[in-house]
Amino acid sequence: MTLPLFVVLPLFAAFINTMVGRFLKLFSEVFVNLINFVVLILCIIWIYKINTLNNNIFVYEVGGWKIPYGVALVADPVSVFMLFTVNLVAFLVGIYSVSYIEKYTEKWGFYSLFELMLAGMNGVIISGDIFNIFVFLEIATIASYGLVAFGTQKEELEASFKYMVLGSISTGLILLGIVLIYAYTSTLNLADIASILILSEDKLIIRVIMFIFMIGFVIKAAIVPFHWWLPDAHPSAPAPISAMLSGVLIKTLGVYLIVRLFFNVFPIDEKILKMICYLGTLSMVVGVILALYQWDYKRLLAYHSISQVGYIFLGIGLATPMGILGGIFHLFNHSLFKSLLFLTSGALEYNFGTRNLKEYHNVNRIMPITTFSATIGSFSIAGIPPFNGFWSKLIIIIACLEKRDILLALIAALVSVLTLASFLKVLKYAFYTEQKYNTGPKLLKEVPFFMQFSMLTLAILCFVSGIILYPNIKHIVFDGVIKFITENLYIKFILK
Amino acid sequence: MKETNNKNFTSSGMSLIVKTVTRWTVLFIMLYGWYITLFGHLSPGGGFAGGVIVALSFIHIILAYGKDFVVKKINKILSESLETTGALMFLSISIMGFSVGVFFKDFLGQGKAFSLLSGGMILPANIAIMIKVGFGMLSAFLCLILFSPQDEEK
Repeated sequence: MTLPLFVVLPLFAAFINTMVGRFLKLFSEVFVNLINFVVLILCIIWIYKINTLNNNIFVYEVGGWKIPYGVALVADPVSVFMLFTVNLVAFLVGIYSVSYIEKYTEKWGFYSLFELMLAGMNGVIISGDIFNIFVFLEIATIASYGLVAFGTQKEELEASFKYMVLGSISTGLILLGIVLIYAYTSTLNLADIASILILSEDKLIIRVIMFIFMIGFVIKAAIVPFHWWLPDAHPSAPAPISAMLSGVLIKTLGVYLIVRLFFNVFPIDEKILKMICYLGTLSMVVGVILALYQWDYKRLLAYHSISQVGYIFLGIGLATPMGILGGIFHLFNHSLFKSLLFLTSGALEYNFGTRNLKEYHNVNRIMPITTFSATIGSFSIAGIPPFNGFWSKLIIIIACLEKRDILLALIAALVSVLTLASFLKVLKYAFYTEQKYNTGPKLLKEVPFFMQFSMLTLAILCFVSGIILYPNIKHIVFDGVIKFITENLYIKFILK
Repeated sequence: MKETNNKNFTSSGMSLIVKTVTRWTVLFIMLYGWYITLFGHLSPGGGFAGGVIVALSFIHIILAYGKDFVVKKINKILSESLETTGALMFLSISIMGFSVGVFFKDFLGQGKAFSLLSGGMILPANIAIMIKVGFGMLSAFLCLILFSPQDEEK
């Protein structure tokens, strides 16, 4: 009953907000954050509910039309896990935006686009129908084009245009894949497609379709040969939106759909998975090397997104239960620490008005909370032991060793060291600078409460979320996810 | 020619012939858009096609009479609000499905086949889509003409 609400509530918020928000002051902030909070509570209820359900799967037939004729919404442990990740980050980013977005005009427009993007992502996650997935994917990406260009300066418009060109190529490829799959199987329901493909003899046709899909999703996830839109698009957006784009959008549209389609819908193809694995490794290395000599804080973080999504691809491409656990856990962790780091970059930009690392001064004295959160975020992304990034990288490296792929394990460890180097640079130049006492005409102080609240919450979550691997909690959170990805339960339970 | 208050002789827009023809045809164009929308469940057409035609009737007036004539009556805010209304109407039609149990379920009943009031919620959904698409296109067009570079030069 409550499953469609994940799409309906954000859409409702977006449209009401366009109508009322421009006339009433403070309406947008209060209303949108309230809706985000309700959706987050729904997610937590669903985490509990999905574990108590029979077979851990729930199928909602929209309009009462039976599967495979109608559109289905599906909740299984994978989608509920993704919903929780997306809405947790969206809720905290929404609160952060309350203060950050003060400097822009048309706040209601920002919040409406934000909610449209959220509705699109939630729709992609819960949809069980391949064309619906395409529609929601377009809603999310088109809203994100608008958000990247939100500042309407020259640089932002150019980045948004570049993003739009690459995004259109990728959605075109995905649409081509959907057309081919519809021509081949005559159905659009994911489980129904899977049941036809598993009996098919034409391995070549399926592999070609998978390849087309893979290129589409790899562009969306900004994996290396197609990564060059991301370092322009993500830094140009307002900081909360950078956090959403790097934190959850590239994962929902890239990683989640690859997991869903290549493990649950298409028959598992070792060659394609190996390709994903090697593309991920390449992207890890190239991303971190490009990040090393950046002086623009947000651009540096954007290059690290490319590198860290490479880790996720590496874990998933290994296709062993351990690798998938590592990939999915790193997905969750990355969404926390990368949004945290982008929010701290927003806090610095809010006070100093620049993104250049060399121009910050006295930050650890003026902004202790921002410095504290950024330190925790940096340690998490670099994989320093008690923080969450360490555990997921460790699992990915163990998974590589389990598959006797020592080279990949070595590269993963080395990239982690380079990440540490790059973030030590950030900490030294941006946060723990020498004390200069000529702070200029403007008296700087710590950012407003809402921004502090979001950053601190994310920092605490980064510190705590390593505990998910404790066996009892792992059983609730991850066992169902791993089972649904590796054992092909998806078809079995939907088409009973 | 003597200056009059007649709107056909204002300097903006196209020539007298175009304005006269527009005055005669524009209501028919809009009526056609409404027809396409309302009979969308019985014959080819529907909310999207009807909405585009309704938007074209407004764009027709803008082209013939110049933007100031239309912007006085339908400004950008009104157009955007109406577009949002269309989206909210469609959303509420889908939410009303909850009253019979399932999201998006038909709550109106089938009606007599081939009559206007048949096809359940397709008809109201088509009208909602028409408002959304029509005023969405009009808003896009207004954005294009309102923020042209010539304005900045003035």
